[in-house]
Amino acid sequence: MFAYYPIYKGYFRTALMVQFQYRIAMLIWLLGGIIEPLMYLVVWRTVSEQQGGSVGGYETNDFVVYFIAMMMVSHATFTWIMWEYVYRIRMGLFSVMLLKPIHPIHSDIADNIGYKFLTLTVMGPLTLLLAWFFEATWQPLPWTLAAFVPVLILAFLMRFYWEWSLAMVAFWTTRIDAMNQAYIVVGLFFSGKLAPLSLFPEIVQRAADILPFRWMLAFPVELLLGRITPRELLIGIGAQLFWLFAGYLFMQFIYRAGIKRYAAFGA
Amino acid sequence: MFYFRLFATYVRVGILGELEYRANFWINMIQSALDLSVALGGLAVVFSHTDTLGGWRPEELLALIGVYFLIGGLIRTIIRPSMTQFMDQVRQGTLDFTLTKPADSQVLVSIQRIEIWRLVDVLIALPVLATALVRLGTRLGLVETAVFAVTLLCGGLIVYSFWLMLSTCAFWFVKVENIQVIFMSMWQAGRWPVSIYPAWLRSVLTFLVPVAFATTVPASAVSGRITTSTLLGTIALAAALLLVSRWFWRVGIRFYSGASA
Repeated sequence: MFAYYPIYKGYFRTALMVQFQYRIAMLIWLLGGIIEPLMYLVVWRTVSEQQGGSVGGYETNDFVVYFIAMMMVSHATFTWIMWEYVYRIRMGLFSVMLLKPIHPIHSDIADNIGYKFLTLTVMGPLTLLLAWFFEATWQPLPWTLAAFVPVLILAFLMRFYWEWSLAMVAFWTTRIDAMNQAYIVVGLFFSGKLAPLSLFPEIVQRAADILPFRWMLAFPVELLLGRITPRELLIGIGAQLFWLFAGYLFMQFIYRAGIKRYAAFGA
Repeated sequence: MFYFRLFATYVRVGILGELEYRANFWINMIQSALDLSVALGGLAVVFSHTDTLGGWRPEELLALIGVYFLIGGLIRTIIRPSMTQFMDQVRQGTLDFTLTKPADSQVLVSIQRIEIWRLVDVLIALPVLATALVRLGTRLGLVETAVFAVTLLCGGLIVYSFWLMLSTCAFWFVKVENIQVIFMSMWQAGRWPVSIYPAWLRSVLTFLVPVAFATTVPASAVSGRITTSTLLGTIALAAALLLVSRWFWRVGIRFYSGASA
């Protein structure tokens, strides 16, 4: 385990240096991830105000806090690997990665975390600004804050392993736009991004329990809002561990199968 | 007339080019259907908890989604591919070839690439729009329909002029593709009426990036909530932006000196 420490240190340094070169592009790419939750925040705030200040157990202020938290959790856990891999394979960049005596997922994780560190300088102040602007009030409970840290790390890892595995589809076909979008759309409905899950019909909620998306986003967000009981917390962490383990197995399997298929473009 | 023939030619070239990639049609079809399901699903969830949203009734918002997909489809079919290609040409110096052709350079650049399969967005928009119009039917007279058509046209022109001005910046700054990402990110906010957004965001979506004119204004024409001043303002803005973007294009083209010169 500790053998990876110097490797990650090196990866972080290069990732930060490379990404700092593209700081303007980085800011622009952030915009989509800010506008989307902001849009749903405004929609649900409007609905709540019209309904006399509360909808489905969420008060107006809860919606504001929910979507600001959703923006942060979604930013913290998102990956762009499903687009990156197609590019790598099409351009033959993957051949170079194969030569390195280390699993390629490590440099991707370091890259992702490096990006998150840099963008925190924007997202942090932005969160405060939005909270001030929408007059959000939030009283965190100490135990949920403590539990939030491992829950967020688990959410990040399970999302990373699954999306990294899905990115491996690029070994079979490089036309993955429709598949990526299907993944995003299914995720949108079942992750709580569109609206808190308790506002959906019963059947969507039960489906969300079974699918991984809720445990990636809605669960950490609801935990921050203090809407999770200790019992639900344990169930949630269990679900996260299950999906992380399943994602890990899936990754091992599909990566091995993919490598066998891989023949560098142009070779 | 000449420019119509020119446009028809580019459409034909577009069709011929894309016929080689027939699978793209299905891919675009799936993507558009997924986009639509997000838009409609969002509406369904919202309206399961309320009757109106900021004064908009469900069928009016359905019309808004129809407009959103219609204009969005035109952007993806013609404006974005053409402008992306134009920016590449500035960077690589191949714009010289376009400039030597005996037709107006702005027109040539604006219609040079047509991704015909993206029209599925428009195809998907039409039944949505039709459903909304039928449901609103009783209140929709000849005048409203004409006003709707005019605002739709103006909205399209405003988006085009705005995009052309952004792209023209390529003459000075060369690498500006990311500007398009800004537009497309803001564009998704057009799925909802801009009146629900807080004042600062509303002004951004109205004046900084003119999403409101392309989506909310035509949709409000259908629902009969458009005021005469908004209508006149939209027409005036469309005309003004068209002229300004034209002028800006000319300034840019005079500044252009080829990539290798």
